[in-house]
Amino acid sequence: MATVTFDKATRIYPGTERPAVDALDLAVEDGEFLVLVGPSGCGKSTSLRMLAGLEDVNAGRILIGDRDVTDVQPKDRDIAMVFQNYALYPHMTVADNMGFALKIAGKPKAEIRSRVEEAAKILDLTEYLDRKPKALSGGQRQRVAMGRAIVRQPQVFLMDEPLSNLDAKLRVQTRTQIASLQRRLGVTTVYVTHDQTEALTMGDRIAVLKDGLLQQVGTPRDMYDTPANVFVAGFIGSPAMNLGTFSLAEGYAQLGSTKISVPRTAVTALGADDNAKITIGFRPESLDVVPAGTPDSIPVLVNIVEELGSDAFVYGELTGELGSKGLLHSGAGEDQVIVRVDPRKVPAKGETIHVTIRTGEQHLFHAGSGLRIDA
Amino acid sequence: MMAQNLQITAAAPDPALLDLPWDVPLEEWPADVLAALPRGISRHVVRFVKLSGRVIAVKEIGESVAYREYELLRQLRRLDAPSVEPVGVITGRRSPDGEPLEAVLITQHLQFSLPYRALFSNTLQPDTATRLIDALAVLLVRLHLSGFYWGDVSLSNTLFRRDAESFAAYLVDAETGDLHNKLTDGQRSYDLEIARVNIIGELMDLVAGEFLDEEEDTVAIGAMLVERYEELWTALTDEESFTADARWRVAARIERLNDLGFDVGELDIMTDIDGTTVRIQPKVVDAGHHSRRLMRLTGLDVQENQARRLLNDLDAHAAATDRQNDEESFVAHDWLTQVFEPAVRAVPRELRRKLEPAQVFHELLDHRWFISKERGRDVPLAEAVDSYVTDVLRHRPDELAVLGASGLADDA
Ligand SMILES: Nc1ncnc2c1ncn2[C@@H]1O[C@H](COP(=O)(O)OP(=O)(O)O)[C@@H](O)[C@H]1O
Ligand SMILES: Nc1ncnc2c1ncn2[C@@H]1O[C@H](COP(=O)(O)OP(=O)(O)O)[C@@H](O)[C@H]1O
Ligand SMILES: [Mg+2]
Ligand SMILES: [Mg+2]
Repeated sequence: MATVTFDKATRIYPGTERPAVDALDLAVEDGEFLVLVGPSGCGKSTSLRMLAGLEDVNAGRILIGDRDVTDVQPKDRDIAMVFQNYALYPHMTVADNMGFALKIAGKPKAEIRSRVEEAAKILDLTEYLDRKPKALSGGQRQRVAMGRAIVRQPQVFLMDEPLSNLDAKLRVQTRTQIASLQRRLGVTTVYVTHDQTEALTMGDRIAVLKDGLLQQVGTPRDMYDTPANVFVAGFIGSPAMNLGTFSLAEGYAQLGSTKISVPRTAVTALGADDNAKITIGFRPESLDVVPAGTPDSIPVLVNIVEELGSDAFVYGELTGELGSKGLLHSGAGEDQVIVRVDPRKVPAKGETIHVTIRTGEQHLFHAGSGLRIDA
Repeated sequence: MMAQNLQITAAAPDPALLDLPWDVPLEEWPADVLAALPRGISRHVVRFVKLSGRVIAVKEIGESVAYREYELLRQLRRLDAPSVEPVGVITGRRSPDGEPLEAVLITQHLQFSLPYRALFSNTLQPDTATRLIDALAVLLVRLHLSGFYWGDVSLSNTLFRRDAESFAAYLVDAETGDLHNKLTDGQRSYDLEIARVNIIGELMDLVAGEFLDEEEDTVAIGAMLVERYEELWTALTDEESFTADARWRVAARIERLNDLGFDVGELDIMTDIDGTTVRIQPKVVDAGHHSRRLMRLTGLDVQENQARRLLNDLDAHAAATDRQNDEESFVAHDWLTQVFEPAVRAVPRELRRKLEPAQVFHELLDHRWFISKERGRDVPLAEAVDSYVTDVLRHRPDELAVLGASGLADDA
């Protein structure tokens, strides 16, 4: 068992100027499942490979437990990369397939057997131990591969997009299996994915990266409820948060003739580089559908309705005097608004609905720096 | 039947590809389209398929990974790394009732290649394992010099071709690989560790299947790869320094690399300020010193050790005909038309497919040496050919057919 610490760890690839990972400070707790997430190219894999010892660290340090491993060879770091390779050996029993690396390391037979049995119990493979891999289903074979990593009892598991190769259904299934297995084993795990849903459902904590810079670390709840900046706000959550930048006058953000009240503390927090503007974010579920003519309501033209049984979402655009001005954007695009509506009262395509932002559920950010304003 | 919407990505698509039963899972393809050649262990379904008079390897694999591996294999070919040749990727497969089927990656079957397990299923020389390891070490060094991190080095992911008395190794599975400008020491050492563990595992599997003697020290064979790799890496990349009056050492280093089968494309030479010491370090080395030289002289495209052997015979020919001082390319041309080609042509057509011509010639030279010793006189090549064909080649099990029937490939 061990903690993992990135201490201002930086990776600059030869021939490039901008660091792929820039002074990363991150402390992973003992036994924690930490997910590195962010868009493609943000430095997730590089960070993981630095921890694995596959990428040089140009500045800063990496620690596993109290041990500085910055200059330690990968095989001496006591880590296991999971799902790298699971070709099983046809003539060897399942037990030998799981334990052969221990045999190579010269561990005594009795110890190998007991570690293999222990892993098999967790993986539900006990009754297959003395059979050949041929007798196993696809899922069981994958668990044997997992078993190979488990019996080595590494300090840390590393996984880089292990599910990207699976179809959607199997991905959801395997996601749950990995997460519950990790919790039972209690081995510190660093997991890389570009998929924020995967991150939210699997991680004890999530670290969001962008352009090689750490944006925020926290529990899935933290990331969702209090995103530290506009990027995290837009990245975490599905469907995505609606965001817009508005001029501020007399304590109100001006959206045409619509006024959104902004708390005093937030107004005073603004600085010169905000240019008397403020960025406001509101999630699809923070909007209420109200009758036309309600003061400060926003008109939305319905383009698509997505019905998911217990939920329904309207994908629409601002209309009337607010239309096509680039005032708002969401995961669906420029001028697009996403609204969660009552699944028993879904509007028709082409209809205009009116929405207001539920008090206290908006997220406020500096228009200049994009940082969260705690108000 | 529901129409499939096949998408074929290939540099030079063969229209005959469209006639294959893409609406059927690969595992259920009819025997008449398949070629029964031996395969290594794999986690995907892989089949060999007859297509327009050649053989292709078809692997069912997730779409994004298929494209990725295809691209990587193309880049490896461009870098001249020994690897299988990618043909294309096919996506959009559906079964007749509309079920989507997995994408496939298609590669050209590497002719005359043997998966390692086939080499152990026949009785072979006792040092087969050692020779395979040597070949794999050379392959890994070459890939690493090109900036390729393999991620899953193993005997199963390597194909072997006979190369004179040794083997030449080719990469077959690039799924886990990555190309970099230059590998870090961590990447190289991790690849080596993966290789070591995989090789030992694969050999343990052969022991479990009784293809390899229980007495073999599998752990030591795995460790040998690391040793061979390090030796070769050091010889190819190490900086050495000496005093300025020992300049002959520059030439000596180049010669040493040539002996190892490498050409020096670029050599850094640095002298210190007062000019008393010189440091040299190879910067660019290209494998295939002997095969390039033979190619230049004769147009023959063969593997490194075969080329070494043929060049030796060429030199012997020059000496025997007293032409050491003639223009080398003229002598080479005469050797080709008067020695090499007649010998290879003397092998009956129906036996020629068993081995590559250069390998036949190599074995012929061995055979001549053997019967010359036996008969106590220098046996001329023409006589040796007859004896080789009747006594050796004809009795050799047809390698491909025998191995294909061994059943080894499918029990993974
Ligand atoms: N070997 C490499 N050499 C040069 N640049 C690289 C290399 N690997 C990744 N990069 C660059 O570093 C950045 C981060 O890459 P990566 O860690 O793979 O991102 P992610 O895993 O988040 O997609 C990207 O800009 C990528 O192009
Ligand atoms: N082009 C090829 N020529 C010869 N053999 C091949 C070729 N492609 C695949 N094979 C055989 O099929 C086996 C499995 O292929 P591989 O790409 O390693 O699949 P996997 O990704 O499932 O491990 C290899 O070990 C090799 O024996
Ligand atoms: Mg990545
Ligand atoms: Mg393979």
